[in-house]
Amino acid sequence: MLVRLLREHLRPYAGTALAVVALQIVQVVATLYLPSLNADIIDKGVAAGNTHEIWRLGGIMLAVSLAQVVCAIGAVYLGSRTAMALGRDMRARLFDRVQAFSQQEMGSFGAPTLITRTTNDVQQVQMVVLMTFTIMLMAPIMLVGGVIMALREDVALSGVLLVVVPVLAIIVAFVVTKMVPWFRKMQGRIDAVNRVMREQLTGVRVIRAFVREGRERARFGQANDDVYEAGVRTGMFMAVLFPLVMFVMNATSVSVLWFGARRIDNGQMQIGALTAFISYIVFILMAVMMSSLIFVMIPRAMVASERIAAVVDTKPTVLPPIQPVALPAGPERGLLELHGVEFRYPGAEDAVLQDIDLVAEPGRTTAIIGSTGSGKTTLVNLVPRLYDVTGGSVTVGGVDVRDVAPDELWALIGLVPQKPYLFSGTVRSNLQFGAPDATDEELWHALEVAQAKDFVEAMEAGLDAPIAQGGTNVSGGQRQRLAIARAIARRPAIYLFDDSFSALDYATDAALRAALVPETRDATVLVVAQRVATIRNADRIVVLDDGKVVGVGTHAELLESNPTYQEIVYSQLSVEEAA
Amino acid sequence: MSAQENGETTPAVTPPRPPQRRGPMGPMGGMGMPGEKAKDLKGSGKRLVGLLRPERTRLVGVFVLGVLSVAAAVVGPKILGKGTNVIFEGLVGRMIAKQLPAGVDPSTVSIDQVIAGLRAKGQGQFADLLAGMHDVHVGQGVDFHRLAMILLLVLGIYAVSSVFGWLQFRLTTRMVQNTARQLRNDVEAKLGRLPLSYFDRQPRGELLSRVTNDIDNVAQTMQQTLSQLITSVLTVVGVLVMMFSISWELALVALVTVPLAMVIATAIAKRSRPQFVKQWTHTGELNAHIEEMFTGHALVTVFGRQREAGKVFAERNGKLYDASFRAQAISGIIQPALGFVSNLNYLIVAVVGGLKVASGTLTLGDVQAFIQYSRQFSQPITQIAAMANLLQSGVASAERVFELLDAEEQSADPVPAAKLAQPVKGRVEFEHVAFQYDPAKPLIKDLSMVAEPGHTIAIVGPTGAGKTTLVNLIMRFYEVNGGRITLDGVDTRTLTRDELRSQMGMVLQDTWLYEGTIAENIAYGVDEASRDEVVAAATATHVDRFVRTLPKGYDTKIDDEGGSLSAGEKQLLTIARAFLADPTILILDEATSSVDTRTEVLVQKGMAALRAGRTSFVIAHRLSTIRDADLILVMEHGDIVEQGTHAQLLESGGAYVRLYESQFASAAVEES
Repeated sequence: MLVRLLREHLRPYAGTALAVVALQIVQVVATLYLPSLNADIIDKGVAAGNTHEIWRLGGIMLAVSLAQVVCAIGAVYLGSRTAMALGRDMRARLFDRVQAFSQQEMGSFGAPTLITRTTNDVQQVQMVVLMTFTIMLMAPIMLVGGVIMALREDVALSGVLLVVVPVLAIIVAFVVTKMVPWFRKMQGRIDAVNRVMREQLTGVRVIRAFVREGRERARFGQANDDVYEAGVRTGMFMAVLFPLVMFVMNATSVSVLWFGARRIDNGQMQIGALTAFISYIVFILMAVMMSSLIFVMIPRAMVASERIAAVVDTKPTVLPPIQPVALPAGPERGLLELHGVEFRYPGAEDAVLQDIDLVAEPGRTTAIIGSTGSGKTTLVNLVPRLYDVTGGSVTVGGVDVRDVAPDELWALIGLVPQKPYLFSGTVRSNLQFGAPDATDEELWHALEVAQAKDFVEAMEAGLDAPIAQGGTNVSGGQRQRLAIARAIARRPAIYLFDDSFSALDYATDAALRAALVPETRDATVLVVAQRVATIRNADRIVVLDDGKVVGVGTHAELLESNPTYQEIVYSQLSVEEAA
Repeated sequence: MSAQENGETTPAVTPPRPPQRRGPMGPMGGMGMPGEKAKDLKGSGKRLVGLLRPERTRLVGVFVLGVLSVAAAVVGPKILGKGTNVIFEGLVGRMIAKQLPAGVDPSTVSIDQVIAGLRAKGQGQFADLLAGMHDVHVGQGVDFHRLAMILLLVLGIYAVSSVFGWLQFRLTTRMVQNTARQLRNDVEAKLGRLPLSYFDRQPRGELLSRVTNDIDNVAQTMQQTLSQLITSVLTVVGVLVMMFSISWELALVALVTVPLAMVIATAIAKRSRPQFVKQWTHTGELNAHIEEMFTGHALVTVFGRQREAGKVFAERNGKLYDASFRAQAISGIIQPALGFVSNLNYLIVAVVGGLKVASGTLTLGDVQAFIQYSRQFSQPITQIAAMANLLQSGVASAERVFELLDAEEQSADPVPAAKLAQPVKGRVEFEHVAFQYDPAKPLIKDLSMVAEPGHTIAIVGPTGAGKTTLVNLIMRFYEVNGGRITLDGVDTRTLTRDELRSQMGMVLQDTWLYEGTIAENIAYGVDEASRDEVVAAATATHVDRFVRTLPKGYDTKIDDEGGSLSAGEKQLLTIARAFLADPTILILDEATSSVDTRTEVLVQKGMAALRAGRTSFVIAHRLSTIRDADLILVMEHGDIVEQGTHAQLLESGGAYVRLYESQFASAAVEES
């Protein structure tokens, strides 16, 4: 996964990546060359007491190390630019993909984990790339360079490497294998801390009302302890790994000195060669050590890239048509029809909606009423293709919604969802959400229709009054009316009101409906409601029960003949009778 | 004869730094609350260190182990240098023997004789060199016994050093993880003490970012810098001591480049700091956007805002890229730059050392050890500089956390707190209560009312009249600005919030469920509830009916804020939750707005049982709920304009009648 993800995302930066490699090679070669220059300074200068030679060689050494520093800085610069750009691109890819998701994919992942994946998981991968470019890339170069140099100095002594490298490899492999499962847990546990905290923020009122702070503290404490545990566990493995590797390396120098001494004593080796050899051994082992650093990071990045790939590889179930069909011009484009619609959630046994036939004409109000869980919201969501039908078809203006270009389809629709979510910003920015070009006049008009003019006027900043995320700084009824105004400002051909009047009192509800009539003269209006009063004047009422249409007609017709409708009506009005 | 030596002869390999995570850490983020620069670097840094206070013991441990580990690492090369000398001396002994006139038994020639001979030949320099050596025996090769002893000693020292390093790493890990855990818990506890108004102002993503990303970054920074910093500082001190013990002049020479290194490090740090602050601010801004767009995904789609959402995303994503790339690139310069300074230093030491060896004031082994030390000296200096740079990022995050921890809290619970007489009757009285959210705009000016125990109080009035505010005040979600509210005659402000709220049960318009099973959510309000109790509460509130249709029944997991349930079903669950909590006072704020009316009628029957014997406050738009209330409060513009029973109010012909007629007239017409 990691490899695939990197291959896909590094492609545009292949040139820069190659430049980084080139710079690192020069850098490492310089680094490898420096010890022998140093040796020469000691050998030809210090030992011989030749100050002039020291200066001459020193000059070369400075030039080489200047080249090294320039290359290193260049590599860091290009490396971090590429790594960060890679992170940026991955985030953008994830964001775009999630935007293309339908509610189905949104629901199956859940917003919190998608947020974490877009940010934290990308971060893990990005860091590995950065580490690779700035440090890790040097490892193989140093390894090869070190081995060549060591062999050149003394082949026999290089035999030490045959023992040391496998030993180190075994140590690193062992510890890393032990760490992988804990990194896996770590990522999941960070998710959990995020989730609990997010729940606490959204539910702060309920938690306080029920005096559940103690319980929440314990719940968070548990998630916190779990992260702590994963952190300590991985830390403990690192605590073993690094000193152990370090000891092996130091022991290697010691043994090289021992065997080297024998070879020198036998006249098989120069003492200078021994010291040079030791420096190369150090380089080789440094390379191994660096690899152990990245081996520690890779498992975490692997877990992260799996999580990223899971999002990227999820194909949206709702796809734009390959050959969009144009909608008819004029008001008839608002004609909304459902033909034998069936919908079932993937893997669900029972269909949420079955055999639904429904016609909603422009200029008329069609109402849907039914009990909790009867599928009303699902039906509404099928129109803008938040979900696609699993059977039958939904058409607008006579064209299957699946054949309409999404932009064109959405431009038709003004949706007021059951949960009137507002975005952080101002009243204006929320109203312009669906109508970016609406003038102040138009916005005020929309507010007036939505019965929201009075309270927005009462706000000090009027249209520029701040709105908190989710609209928590206005009351439930106000939120609902702003959401309605948002849809009105869009001047859509099809209005979808999903239980949008529930938080309004009867007076406001009635006034709003009256104001909507001229506004929606040419538009198709689909209203989902619980209250009979809200829909009794509708041109057509569709009674939904358990995902099926059990009655269609006007209020009077249904009241006459439809037992389900009667039941609903009397549940609301019988009490009034007594009043 | 060549005496080739070089500076890397006796490597004491210092532990590599654990993987650095310097970048933006991830989810959620801010609205750019903090300024674009670290405000009080020193103060925040000090406070960051202060966090370690509870970990004093471990810190001392880390320090002591650090001293031992560094001592071993410093002594190691010194002794290993002796090993090199042994080899060298053996070599010299052999060479001299070869140069002796034939027939002379090398073992009879003492080194002093050789030196004297050399001086006589005018080879004074070489004689000096020999005189500087400790133990040259003419004709003998390398003294392997002595070499073995030395190498074994060094090996032992390295082993001990590694063990100390291991222990130190362990201690540091625990210390840092403990501190991070504590910090997270502190923030969580802090959130519990913040007034609700704080949450109205702050976007979710902003707060989340501080708890997760910023604390994570603080921990990472600490883990990377703490033990490194201690080790580095100690190494510098240790190496300095060793260098001065060999040659104070050379030691001074080695120090020449330190100011240069410091100037470079400071210059770079000055430039990287604002980039790190920006990086975290932009992380926050980006994540706030992601959070909001994903949460409102359906609306973004249907309103065709994907392009705009993408545009804002691209802009913030680009800013984050820019800042983090700069932060990485600038701080990445420090190591190569100081590496260069260290090479410069090497050269100077080599020159001066060369002169000293030539004059015989120092042995070659000592110079070699010295060069080794000067290497060891620059390495930690470079590291300290890099650490200081990394700390910039940590401090930038710490500041964001501290900012949250310093936010103004709600008033503390009174000590000693008043206690309610048991059993609690549930009489609630408002006495001349005044309240406003915004000081400039008084909402409730002078409100008085009494809710008798066991009564049902309906609150009616147009949206925005202050109905929910009234409830918020009873719950003490907000504090009154004038007058007082009493429960059973006790001023609610003299009670602890917990004492007060544990008498209350609440069902809100906004349903909130957490990720757990349906049973767990119903039992949320009580500490321990048996399955039977849960089912009983569910049955009374008509939750049982739909729960039974779910494949896993009460053990069905509720995902992401209950996405799999309909709005009405979620509302029913919250009603069951309040039912099971069995409070003295019940508050229903539009509790059944999303429930269909047939179910509502059934639920209301259940709720009527629930309301029996308790004081209830009901906000509703449905006449059926209001009609049977013992007291109806008619609110307009934050005041109670009328109160009485349904019949009384109808008779009085006031505001209620107007409201009644406008709201329920159409409904009344229908049924005729």
